Amino acid sequence: MSETTLAPAPVEVQKGWGGQSVKRKEDKRLLQGEGVFVDDVKRHGMGYLHFVRSPYAHAHITRIDVSAAEAIDGVYGTLTGEEVAALTDPFFQISSAPGANIKDYALAVGKVRYVGEPVVAVVAETRELARDASELVEVDYEALPALVDARRAQDSDAPVLHEDAGGNLMWTGLYSWGDFDAALAEADRVVKIPELHFHRFNSTPLECDGALVEYNRGVGQWTIHTNNQFPGFAAIMMGPAMRTGLDKLRFVTQDIGGGFGNKITSHPQLVVCCLLARKLNRPVQWTEWRTDFHLSMSHGNERWFHDTEVAVKDDGTLLGFRTKALDDAGAWLRYEPLGGVIWAQVTPGMYRWRHIELDFTQVATNKAPVSPNRGYSRMQHLWFTERVIDIVARELDLDPVDVRKRNYIRAEDMPYETPNGCVYDSGDYAATLDLALQLIGYDSLAGRRADAEARGKRLGVGIGSTLDSGTNNFGQSQLINPELQFSGNNEVATVKLDIFGEIVVTLGTTPQGQGHETTAAQVVADILSCSPDDVHVRAGHDSYWNSHAGFSGTYASQFAVTGLSAVKGATEMLAAEIKKLAGAVFGGVPAEALELADGGVRIKDNPDAFLPFMACGAIINANNAGLPEDLDVTLNCRYVYRPPFEVPDVERKFGNLTLTYAVQIHVAVVEVDPETGSYEIVDYAAVDDCGKRINPQIVEGQVMGATAQALGAAVHETYEYDEDGNLLTPNFYDYHVPHALDMPPLATGAIESPSPFTPLGTKGMGEGGGAGIHAICAAIQDATGQIVTDSHNPYQRVWELMQQ
Amino acid sequence: MEIAVTVNGQTYERDVEPRKLLIHFLRDDLDLTGSHIGCDTGNCGACSVIVDGVLLKSCMLLAVQANGTRIETVEGLSEDGELTRLQQAFNEHHALQCGYCTPGMLMSTTALLRENPSPSEDEIKKALQGNICRCTGYWNIVEAVKSVAK
Ligand code: FES
Ligand code: FES
Repeated sequence: MSETTLAPAPVEVQKGWGGQSVKRKEDKRLLQGEGVFVDDVKRHGMGYLHFVRSPYAHAHITRIDVSAAEAIDGVYGTLTGEEVAALTDPFFQISSAPGANIKDYALAVGKVRYVGEPVVAVVAETRELARDASELVEVDYEALPALVDARRAQDSDAPVLHEDAGGNLMWTGLYSWGDFDAALAEADRVVKIPELHFHRFNSTPLECDGALVEYNRGVGQWTIHTNNQFPGFAAIMMGPAMRTGLDKLRFVTQDIGGGFGNKITSHPQLVVCCLLARKLNRPVQWTEWRTDFHLSMSHGNERWFHDTEVAVKDDGTLLGFRTKALDDAGAWLRYEPLGGVIWAQVTPGMYRWRHIELDFTQVATNKAPVSPNRGYSRMQHLWFTERVIDIVARELDLDPVDVRKRNYIRAEDMPYETPNGCVYDSGDYAATLDLALQLIGYDSLAGRRADAEARGKRLGVGIGSTLDSGTNNFGQSQLINPELQFSGNNEVATVKLDIFGEIVVTLGTTPQGQGHETTAAQVVADILSCSPDDVHVRAGHDSYWNSHAGFSGTYASQFAVTGLSAVKGATEMLAAEIKKLAGAVFGGVPAEALELADGGVRIKDNPDAFLPFMACGAIINANNAGLPEDLDVTLNCRYVYRPPFEVPDVERKFGNLTLTYAVQIHVAVVEVDPETGSYEIVDYAAVDDCGKRINPQIVEGQVMGATAQALGAAVHETYEYDEDGNLLTPNFYDYHVPHALDMPPLATGAIESPSPFTPLGTKGMGEGGGAGIHAICAAIQDATGQIVTDSHNPYQRVWELMQQ
Repeated sequence: MEIAVTVNGQTYERDVEPRKLLIHFLRDDLDLTGSHIGCDTGNCGACSVIVDGVLLKSCMLLAVQANGTRIETVEGLSEDGELTRLQQAFNEHHALQCGYCTPGMLMSTTALLRENPSPSEDEIKKALQGNICRCTGYWNIVEAVKSVAK
């Protein structure tokens, strides 16, 4: 059903574990139901937390009465917005004004701004009781008109969400590089596209958010067992708000049931758990229900592109584009307005146009807050650039394959500096496209078109070509708000030899299925000349392990670069220390004369002089009398990997925003039924180039997962609201995610263009760039002959398209 | 209400609230946390268990309804820590990423293979219709099941 085609260009054959599809170390526990997910963590006397949520999209809260709930036997206590406002400060805002002026607390204070917003928290002896007691909490509302269409947000009569911000505009910025007016003058044609719309959805990890929080009264410290995937970010949001130092916030994760960016912004709920654990003097457990997740967590950014103009030559050469992007942030800026700059990591998409102008505006609406979602903000922009390509091809009557190849950044241009100063590291886009086309049998399409026609169907083929930019330079946040003091990136690993020679690795990351334990073990095994089975990688994250830094976490396609480079650095330090120790034990043998092999260290010319790791660990940790005084060896090495970044030029909005650019080219073949608009994806190919692959099977798994999510988004998944701000798809019954039967036949392929900028030649990957969403749009455009302007194309929309 | 159930060969007698879901009974009262919860509408199958030989979603059943039954959960699949062929196939084919859906997938396919030891690809996909996975796109899960089908 799915097949892997290896690169046509020869892939360098590696010795060692890196590059092999080593079977995952994580699987054994997960296959036996022995993983530890957040809801599996229990503590004596813990109370279950349930949120009372707003039934209104927009309303003043006029009265809250928790007395009936609190009177029930087994109810431990409650927390209201008023208490939160007294006990905490508003969360720090990333935005400059006007977004900077909003006041965001962990619970609604005075007003609710979307259906499902947490208003009161109730903690009780059982889940069921907490839920029942929540029903007894009385909240009086005074309803206000709701704003659900971002396009109306700045109308003079639009309801205003945040009076503090003086309106619904949260952030706006004009990006301009090159000279678009000159491009217009040079162009043979200007293609105009009035409106394109990228819809609202998210990745809906199967496990919802959750936490078990314990408060240690004696030392004033919270232990937060959670599945938050970016504890570094949660900590800097929570600490100042809770008026506490970050040493008092200990984050612990083990297994996480999918994240995809959606588990970055659970900090408001975690604050509520912390406050209640302290108030009630007992552990507090919170597990979000599926409906709660859909109503309130991390929707993907909905975005419009208005009044787009594209300057092109008659032969299809693209000179530049100008557009206005309008982004719907929902009710709160929980990670926003970073989406207002993150897209700029891939400003020109995959193309050589040099004159680009984009006017970005983000507004608030009475919908769930948006937060990162797999492909965060780049996906929207890449979908836009891909849409432009196919619309231009259609307007100029050119083949979309030719337009792509004519304009793709070429292999010989790499590394390529984009108009805004990002540096694309490596890749051969045209060759990647050729491989994808070959995988779906592009040459035989004419026959298949005729065959489909004969069956009353219309065949369409579509391409999506995207980049997965990874390893952020957080300095880009300064383009949003020059006051911010973030830049660069980092990740940490520790590697040590324990007393009996155990090789123990700790990571700062919070994996959610990406196989970090396995790939880290592969990297360590290659350096220490042992087997990955000998390497014990601690599962999950613990901010008390001393293996984390400000940007630790698992997000934004970076582990293969940041995480594994940290592992490599720490392991190399350890290898050097082992040699230093052995040199001393062997009586002054220099490091160059030693080698690591067979689970120990030996003298190259005299392999009988061998010191097993067990002896090394024992000597340093427990038998160290008589060692030379100046022997600087701990066998416990910590390395912080810091990618080479500069602070971007804020004035010009210019600089390198990400370190690596993995490539995805997807091709979809669909058959549309013209009678009904229903369609079937009959063939599908996904080719990925993420540089060196440490574990090709894990990489392919990520490609498959990203593909499935893209197809779900393209065909089925949408967070749609009615005019009163009610979410129409609040659960898996209404929000259809793909099932096994929905999946098309898939061929995957890989090309390896090692990154010249990373220690292992790897690139971050895993988010995919949403290539599949565009591939489907383009295939529908091809099949129906109508321009597709929306990223979401359920059958009904396709049918409507064909009625035009 | 007093109930007695046999889970993976062991009998448990417990006093449960009549409204408690079977999945919460398994997870919270018996501490069998291998079966998971992914939805509140019976769509995801993460909670799938086998009750008296029948594949069921344990979030769609009250604990009291399971009184007197024999229940199999993911914890009971392997013996002495040895993975079954199906579990090994999931590992070999990289049929799990986060592993959250995996217990449900294993129970659904175990039930399928008991009933039909040589299912076609289509039959496998049909059997997985009630199980959602958000990580893998199902391709590798289907491959894993195919590899153990006779
Ligand atoms: S939790 Fe039972 S079907 Fe989703
Ligand atoms: S492996 Fe994560 S939901 Fe299936």
